[in-house]
Amino acid sequence: MATSTSAQTGNIDNLSTASKGLSLNRFDSPWLNPKFVAGCILLLIVLLMSLLGPLVYDTTKARVASSPLNLPPMWMEGGSPAHPFGTESNGRDMLAVIITGAPRSLQVGIIAAVIGMSVGVVLGSLAGYMGGWVDGVIRTLSDAIITIPALAVLIVIAAYVKNFELNTMAFILALFAWPAPTRLVRAQVLSLRERGYVRMARLSGVPPLEIMLKEMAPNMLPWLAASLSGNISGAILASASLEALGLGPTRIPTLGMTIYYAIKAAAIIRGMWWWWGFPILTLVIIFVGLFLVATGLDEIANPRLRGASSS
Amino acid sequence: MGGLTKGYVLRRVLMFFLTVFIGSTIIFFIPRLAPGDPVSSMISRMMAQSGYVENSAEIIAAWRLRFGLDGPLWEQYLKYLGNLLTLDLGYSLTNFPVTVMDLIRRGLPWTLFLLSIATILAFIFGNTIGAMLGWRRTPKAMKAVLPFTLTFTSIPFFMLAILLIYVFAFGLKWFPVSGGYGRGVTMGLNWEFIKSALYHAILPALAIVITSMGGWALGMRGMMISVDSEDFLILAQAKGLKPARIFWRYAVRNALLPQFTALALTLGSIVGGSTLVEYLFAYPGMGYLFYQGIVNQDYTLIQGVSFILITTTALAVLLIDLVYPLLDPRITYQKR
Amino acid sequence: MTVVNTPVQIGTGRSSVQRDVVLEVNNLRIHYDTPKGDVIAVNGISFQVYRGEIVGLVGESGCGKSTAAMGILNLVQAPGHILSGEVKINGIDLLSLDERQLREKRWREIALIPQGAMNSLNPVMRVSEQIRDAIEAHTGRQPNGKLKKEVLQLLNLVGLPARAYNMYPHELSGGMKQRVCIAMAIALRPPLIIADEPTSALDVVVQRVVSQTILDVKKRLGVSVVMIGHDMGLQAQLVDRLIVMYAGNIVEIAPVQNAFQKPLHPYTQLLIASIPSIKERKPLKVTEGLTHDMRKPPPGCIFQYRCPFVMDVCRTEFPPLLEREPEHFVACHLYNGKEKN
Repeated sequence: MATSTSAQTGNIDNLSTASKGLSLNRFDSPWLNPKFVAGCILLLIVLLMSLLGPLVYDTTKARVASSPLNLPPMWMEGGSPAHPFGTESNGRDMLAVIITGAPRSLQVGIIAAVIGMSVGVVLGSLAGYMGGWVDGVIRTLSDAIITIPALAVLIVIAAYVKNFELNTMAFILALFAWPAPTRLVRAQVLSLRERGYVRMARLSGVPPLEIMLKEMAPNMLPWLAASLSGNISGAILASASLEALGLGPTRIPTLGMTIYYAIKAAAIIRGMWWWWGFPILTLVIIFVGLFLVATGLDEIANPRLRGASSS
Repeated sequence: MGGLTKGYVLRRVLMFFLTVFIGSTIIFFIPRLAPGDPVSSMISRMMAQSGYVENSAEIIAAWRLRFGLDGPLWEQYLKYLGNLLTLDLGYSLTNFPVTVMDLIRRGLPWTLFLLSIATILAFIFGNTIGAMLGWRRTPKAMKAVLPFTLTFTSIPFFMLAILLIYVFAFGLKWFPVSGGYGRGVTMGLNWEFIKSALYHAILPALAIVITSMGGWALGMRGMMISVDSEDFLILAQAKGLKPARIFWRYAVRNALLPQFTALALTLGSIVGGSTLVEYLFAYPGMGYLFYQGIVNQDYTLIQGVSFILITTTALAVLLIDLVYPLLDPRITYQKR
Repeated sequence: MTVVNTPVQIGTGRSSVQRDVVLEVNNLRIHYDTPKGDVIAVNGISFQVYRGEIVGLVGESGCGKSTAAMGILNLVQAPGHILSGEVKINGIDLLSLDERQLREKRWREIALIPQGAMNSLNPVMRVSEQIRDAIEAHTGRQPNGKLKKEVLQLLNLVGLPARAYNMYPHELSGGMKQRVCIAMAIALRPPLIIADEPTSALDVVVQRVVSQTILDVKKRLGVSVVMIGHDMGLQAQLVDRLIVMYAGNIVEIAPVQNAFQKPLHPYTQLLIASIPSIKERKPLKVTEGLTHDMRKPPPGCIFQYRCPFVMDVCRTEFPPLLEREPEHFVACHLYNGKEKN
């Protein structure tokens, strides 16, 4: 997914607009940005549903053959309030599936993205700061992996791995999650490296690691957060894609696998929209939320982006 | 004049081979790492299938030899790489004695057709919309309306595809639910076929275009905002040039350049996403082959499709890399 | 009391040479919108430019000279906006024209040599294409051969080699780029050119070449130039008349000789005194006091906080721009009662 292009151009403007917090005093407070807030609210809804859901609803209904088959949602004819979002052909209750499946998607996404991001930050900083052959190797490698259609390789891997655990999938996804952050972090480090205050630090003999942590990192913070958001989005998408092809964990319900079963049972042309509709809706809410968070943070890091739409 | 130097071309071509090499190496080693011995299970399945094929025993034996399936790992690997160079991808396990390459030959054109149309349309529309959104002088009314065209940015291709099938194919019955062309239509360069192919391509293409348009628009908007503050626009205005000319020839022409780089970077994910779209629409391209391979546990097919997808994507990126210096005269790539 | 910064000619007996007025600026007012109020960038200035002369517009950074230039071209970008005023070129007020009419008049009647040619040329277009753009926008599409000849002529006029025709901006040096801009500016033989600090970004040697080119062009084509800058030494060599600005107001207008030999306004005196001299050793004159808040100028003279000769009247009454000697105008209470008869 094409994420923040401003990050690609490596442009960070320092605006001393008033805000709270010492570490972020170079940027506006994120809470003032409507997109960021909207995104956080959406994600919060999903999180709350995942955490509180099991407390108010019987999630054992997510198991196969636990409920009557093929019930439409409760507001439609034939539906029942015991199964508000309907059930599917294997006897699973949709609401229970969503409540148990959503956190799993988030889990995979976050693990894969965090691993990928960490590796990315380390390698990107090394490449940007050291230059030379270190930079050459890292850059070549990450460029090669970015070009490879990740899904194509992931499918091959998934087809061979028999018992697919959720965390296994996360680790495998991380394999393809690190090149993009590496590239972007490298670009940022390269541009920041030549800034006045960094050069001063270098000339004064401050050790590189300290420079990276004290001078560069605070400037990259909102931008890193936006990037992380984008990476989580990408990882969740990759996992949902694999699952939709039937290559996900089979023992526990996940949103993607649900879509797979729906497709296999021809639910689309049977008109059973609630089978695939609610998982898609949940995933879309997650994606839109992450997207808004990323865009909002992007606008904070690069204030000019706010201009054109409002003026 | 900046542009293609020998060194640059050489480096890009080497990059192409390196990418394909890394990809195929990963594909090679994964099955070998998995527990169990998929190779011998492959063989035994082929033997079971081949009961009706003449000389099957000899063919299988010859295949084992060619692919070095008996030797040590490194020997297998080298033979594997050698075979890849000649595009020898082995036999399809479930369709023995049909070769993987045969199946791919039938499927690849469909994928290329769908992907090129969809990507080009998305690129053009997305960037145009983005350019207008980021341009100071676009009328406010337009700026208010255009974002609605981008509402589907965050939805993955295949999810939108499901929605489109449900609403337009199943519900409204405006479009076919699946397939690359209608039943009873013969393949070939006849108008019937072309019409049918285009008709069947509309929904899958739409799924890709509507969603990826947003990504391009967002990026382009950012680039236009950067360009908007450039000095050469002020001089262009002072020269009394028509606003349209300034917009296209001065602003867009500059802002668009990084988008080509972005295209090269995101091509991998576009290919991946379209794979799923094909699977949903039972569109007879690589995606559908992939799915069949998964369902039938046809490992050679899966590997082969993956390899071809990697190669095609890397080739497309190579082409973009070679064309880019022609678009941006500042790139000399003398020493990088 | 209306604050007027218009040069007032006093006395009827003076014999002023009747010259063609190419540019007439009347009461130009430009403000910048800021969250905390409007900044008065240009405070209702007025002046004239005659045919065939170079007028220098000088002042320190932030005095409003570049903003005024953009105002004259009607190219003020947000957050700035023109509040009021007239800019008449050959009698037609640019500020009153609609978009289409304005575009027609641009470059034909008034051209721009921008500051920092580094960024003023489109990086993806060749030099020839950019000059042709300027020409064709006003004369319509021209046959290739004819246009090529014209462009080559222009390049020759500014001393650029013919091979520059096909080059891209990044292949040219700073001085060459600036000369391309000059060539572009004279393409349609406009009566007036605004040169916005054309040599500020260049080193001394190249500065000389570019300045010489501008002088050449003026002599050969009889074009009038408004030369904006802050390098007094350079201005002395190039301009015929000098306009001095401070904080959005014109404080002095004088023929260049007078301005340097007999500067009347204290600010002008300070400016000239600050020019380093090879011949004599003089202490660096640092002006004391702070500049005022540009959003709320003080009543009276805007230079009062920094003027070494400030009087009580300066704090209350805004000094009008009055002619004290032939063609020499100054806005200062020091000369009250000393009006020319």
